[in-house]
Amino acid sequence: MTQLSADQVRHIAKLARLQISDSEVETYAKNLTAILGYIDQLQEVDTSGVEPTAQVTGTTNMLRSDEICTEKIPPESLLGCSALPINDDQIETPSAHG
Amino acid sequence: MLHTLTITQAHAKLKKKDISSEELVRACIDRTEAVDKSINAIVHRSFDRALLEAKKIDEQGVTSHPLCGIPYFAKDVYCEEGVPTTACSNILRNKNYCPPFDSTTTKRLKAAGAISLGKTNTDEFTMGASTETSCYGVTRNPWDTTRVAGGSSGGSAAAVAADEAFFALATDTGGSIRQPAGYCGMTGIRPTYGRTSRYGVMSMASSLDTIGPICKNIEDLAIVLQAIAGKDTMDGTTSDTAVPDYHATLKNGVKGMKIGLPKEYFIDGMNSEVEGAVREAAKALVSLGATMHEISLPHTKYATPCYYVLCPCEVSSNMARYDGVRYGHTVENPADLLDYYVRVRSEGFGPEVKRRIMIGTYALSAGYFDAYYRQAQKIRTLIKQDFMEAYKKVDVIISPVSPTPAFKVGAHENDPVAMYLEDVFLDGQVMAGIPALSVNCGFSNDQLPIGLQIMGPQWGEETVLRAAYAYEQATEWHKQKPSL
Repeated sequence: MTQLSADQVRHIAKLARLQISDSEVETYAKNLTAILGYIDQLQEVDTSGVEPTAQVTGTTNMLRSDEICTEKIPPESLLGCSALPINDDQIETPSAHG
Repeated sequence: MLHTLTITQAHAKLKKKDISSEELVRACIDRTEAVDKSINAIVHRSFDRALLEAKKIDEQGVTSHPLCGIPYFAKDVYCEEGVPTTACSNILRNKNYCPPFDSTTTKRLKAAGAISLGKTNTDEFTMGASTETSCYGVTRNPWDTTRVAGGSSGGSAAAVAADEAFFALATDTGGSIRQPAGYCGMTGIRPTYGRTSRYGVMSMASSLDTIGPICKNIEDLAIVLQAIAGKDTMDGTTSDTAVPDYHATLKNGVKGMKIGLPKEYFIDGMNSEVEGAVREAAKALVSLGATMHEISLPHTKYATPCYYVLCPCEVSSNMARYDGVRYGHTVENPADLLDYYVRVRSEGFGPEVKRRIMIGTYALSAGYFDAYYRQAQKIRTLIKQDFMEAYKKVDVIISPVSPTPAFKVGAHENDPVAMYLEDVFLDGQVMAGIPALSVNCGFSNDQLPIGLQIMGPQWGEETVLRAAYAYEQATEWHKQKPSL
């Protein structure tokens, strides 16, 4: 059975852009190990020759007519949802380089 | 006592001008103010706006649409322009996110004349089976306030059961409409994937999410589904399969209908009151002219583990958009952009959302994709094939909604797998993309409702509704009300 260590939990959290405090890491390791133990039973199913399902009803490309959408949401109301400063219709984020 | 009416009854009174839409809205507001403190079903109230709309409708004169002038609540993931919509998560609540646009479903309801009263409680981003992961606290079951209302649409189910509105919008990814409807003695339908539009509803797992209503009875359920179903150019996964007139066939009965009982859903050690109520419902359907057939859905036991791979993988992708840039929670003085993302997300998301993001991140990380996501997608194919085989022999399939009646608040605290097992009868339909509804089929010795699940083939909502209507008309369960 897959057993996740505290370090693995910290690594997964880092990949997911989450920070797990030292006091939480053991609980997450225990919970995530239990969940992985539960889903591991899928490995016992023989799926050789079975195609995966991504779109369950078989719907493929849905085309729409090439018309200009007139019910556009104004950019300022979308930008207005941001908590960050707006400059010249752009959101100013913290610097990627510190 | 206007709040106790059904949609059909309220519409008849509106048409005769016995009552106004404003009176209906006021009745729901008064009822909500009187009882919601004991159940906590409602998280945002748009009461002033609703009263204005009702007055406008009364002035224009109520149209022939059965939803015109009828008030409802929507789950807190349906975007409505200018109305707080927070998915019951601190990541959106902290900045009181008000979307600048409407979901297709609330837009269609508005066009029909239905009036939104506000938002109902849900597990955070719909992740849960008890409404306990909401940042606004748990919703309690109107039949016994020491118990959960179910989830994730616990607020919608409890609000309708408590007569706070005539119906409520909900979402079902892995049972989130059917389970709370069952726990609260209401009726709710998960339509075929792509029958209703997901546009403007916050996503959890995009290949599994569906949009549907919770109502007081099957006739109302057919009315609301009719109003919201059908292709939407804003959601490329909606189908152009024609939407039938559900009302036209609703009352045609079940004479000659072939009903399947899947042996894998009746397991050793299952709750005897639940099993008894469902077997009684099967007998009632036979007495109405249906025939009962034992069937097998061999991959049933893999549906829930399959769900708990596909769902968290898609969650980890969908939750990536909550980065504090375009909307939602923010933090002061970040060291850099990465620090900003990490702090916004760590402060904003609760434990169940973090668990699912991490499981999904792990399962999708290099070296694990084939073992988890791909394998689950293949098993999804096998589960779908089980149902397709079964529907060559029967018209609908019935089962319990949940293994037990509503559980106590806190019963599954700190045990995520126990909470996931709430879905054991509800994930096969999700994997197969088929429609399924819950309808009340009795009460436990503790006076807790027990739900019967009726499932049909893809696009077979009409048959499912017809079977449920025949059953409901032959029983009195749906007429009982909780005392609040």
